[in-house]
Amino acid sequence: MSRDLSRRTKLVLYGVLLVLAIPFVFPTWWMVTSSLKPVADIFAFPPQLLPVNPRLDAYQRVFELQPFGQQYLNSLYIALVVTVGTLAVSALAGYAFARIRFRGQNVLFLIVLAGLLIPSEVTIVPLFQMFFKLGLINTHWPLILVPIFGAPSVLATFIMRQFFISLPGELEEAARVDGLGRFATFWRIALPLSRPALGAVAIFTFLHSWNLYLEPIVFLSSPEKFTLPQALTQFADAYGGPMWDVQLAAASMTALPVLVVFVIAQKQFVEGLAHTGLKG
Amino acid sequence: MTQTDTRVGPAAAGPAPGPARPFWTSRRRDQLTGYLFVAPQLLGSAVFVILPLVLVVWYSLHEWNVLAGTFDFVGTDNYAALADDPNLGAVLRATGLFSVGLVVLNLGLALLLAVLLNQKLRGTILFRTLFFSPVVVSLVAWTIVWGFLLQDNGGINGLLDTLGVDGPNWLRGEGTAMLSVIVVQVFKNVGLNMVLFLAALQGVPAELYEAAEVDGASRMRQFWRITVPLISPTILLTSIITVVGSLQVFAQIAVLTQGGPGTSTTVLVYYLYQQAFQFHHFGYGATLSIVLFAIVLALTVLQWQMRKRWVFHES
Repeated sequence: MSRDLSRRTKLVLYGVLLVLAIPFVFPTWWMVTSSLKPVADIFAFPPQLLPVNPRLDAYQRVFELQPFGQQYLNSLYIALVVTVGTLAVSALAGYAFARIRFRGQNVLFLIVLAGLLIPSEVTIVPLFQMFFKLGLINTHWPLILVPIFGAPSVLATFIMRQFFISLPGELEEAARVDGLGRFATFWRIALPLSRPALGAVAIFTFLHSWNLYLEPIVFLSSPEKFTLPQALTQFADAYGGPMWDVQLAAASMTALPVLVVFVIAQKQFVEGLAHTGLKG
Repeated sequence: MTQTDTRVGPAAAGPAPGPARPFWTSRRRDQLTGYLFVAPQLLGSAVFVILPLVLVVWYSLHEWNVLAGTFDFVGTDNYAALADDPNLGAVLRATGLFSVGLVVLNLGLALLLAVLLNQKLRGTILFRTLFFSPVVVSLVAWTIVWGFLLQDNGGINGLLDTLGVDGPNWLRGEGTAMLSVIVVQVFKNVGLNMVLFLAALQGVPAELYEAAEVDGASRMRQFWRITVPLISPTILLTSIITVVGSLQVFAQIAVLTQGGPGTSTTVLVYYLYQQAFQFHHFGYGATLSIVLFAIVLALTVLQWQMRKRWVFHES
């Protein structure tokens, strides 16, 4: 479809793209700028695209009202542990399903793949009971263990398998002829070659964990254990009404770091996701 | 690791009939490595996916009261309650509306954006970044911001006001609440499908369009006859991902509408959460989980069957 376009068509296309971009960009822009405004200015109309009376009060109050620093650390360390764990589990399993011949391989692969049809929303009731009996309610264990082994990691294993299948086998053959064992071949040859797939898996695993909402509100009950999505909904005044400026400040702090990483590494982000096993 | 016993090599075997083969042949070692590599995923799936799925069936046959500490076998009582549940119809309707609305709007917009970005145009990378950016914005943060914009005195109605339109109270109206939740979710995640479509579009050979051009086929015709068939595997994949994802929606509902007004946005997962974790009807929650699982399963099988009909080729 990439043909040269006339000047007029180009102008029309730019116009369409600009209008379409508004609902994607404005909310984030408004979130960050409004977090710097006094409450009265948040509701001003027409909206102030830049804060007229910028101030950081709301940011200070975020930390006064909730153990927000602790909650931030909780989200961050859980997401990182889940990402590393998922990478390890899915790279090993994906490699074996793609490259090693062992008995029962296809059946085992199908069993694993069935996990894709069983999202944790389906199993949340028994998962709650299981962790309840283990005394792990109001701990971070459910938020770590379930994603590393449940549906998200199954998708990761599938992506890694597709990627390893697409790698040319000659390098590994050569390594094996040179006397390298399976694990060494995997660790030193296959894994370094699979960086794009690992990157894509890391990104969507991190985002998945970072966004979890149902699981935290089911499993966690004390504010110092909360994760960020859960914390964001806690900023209410005495009457249960939302405290907009504080909530938006907390939301900005949650969203901005990931957004900045994304803008810096957007090429790897987008192309990694597009060119990994997810392609039809 | 690879220490086969060198003392008992073929030379040392002496007059034994044929050379003694070491037990750990490279084939056997490979088999063992295979099992060891898949063991974490397999055991993990068994404990955190398969076992809970079995338990969900078991629990659905029980009445579990946490407060009273009772766990009684009640047979199919929960299923009878399901059939009599006056809310079930509304819940399934909300779930269906959300899924259909989301899939249609999401795939349609994703394809439109991908086609626009696939043109020879400067700055498409910038626009790709902009359209993709909500994907990396925290879900609850994104939802909170839209919750404000959609308020009666929020930004959307302010905008409509300047155009002389009196906007509705989006999140409190029966019809508009569902629409709002869908649209918020579409803008959040459409970038993901857009990127997948873009990759697929770039894989369509340019010669096909050139040939069609020579034959005098219009742009529209080329799109339906060349583009759509050639990217149909991606359409299938994105639709499966989007359908399954749409059935898992929870945070958006919890933050924006709490299932209301009435039950108009009470989708199945939200209803399940209410029953199990707000009203402590764990047995009934498990029964609803089975309904959810059955829907996910049926829709996936259905789409997989449909691929034979309309997916152009399978690689």
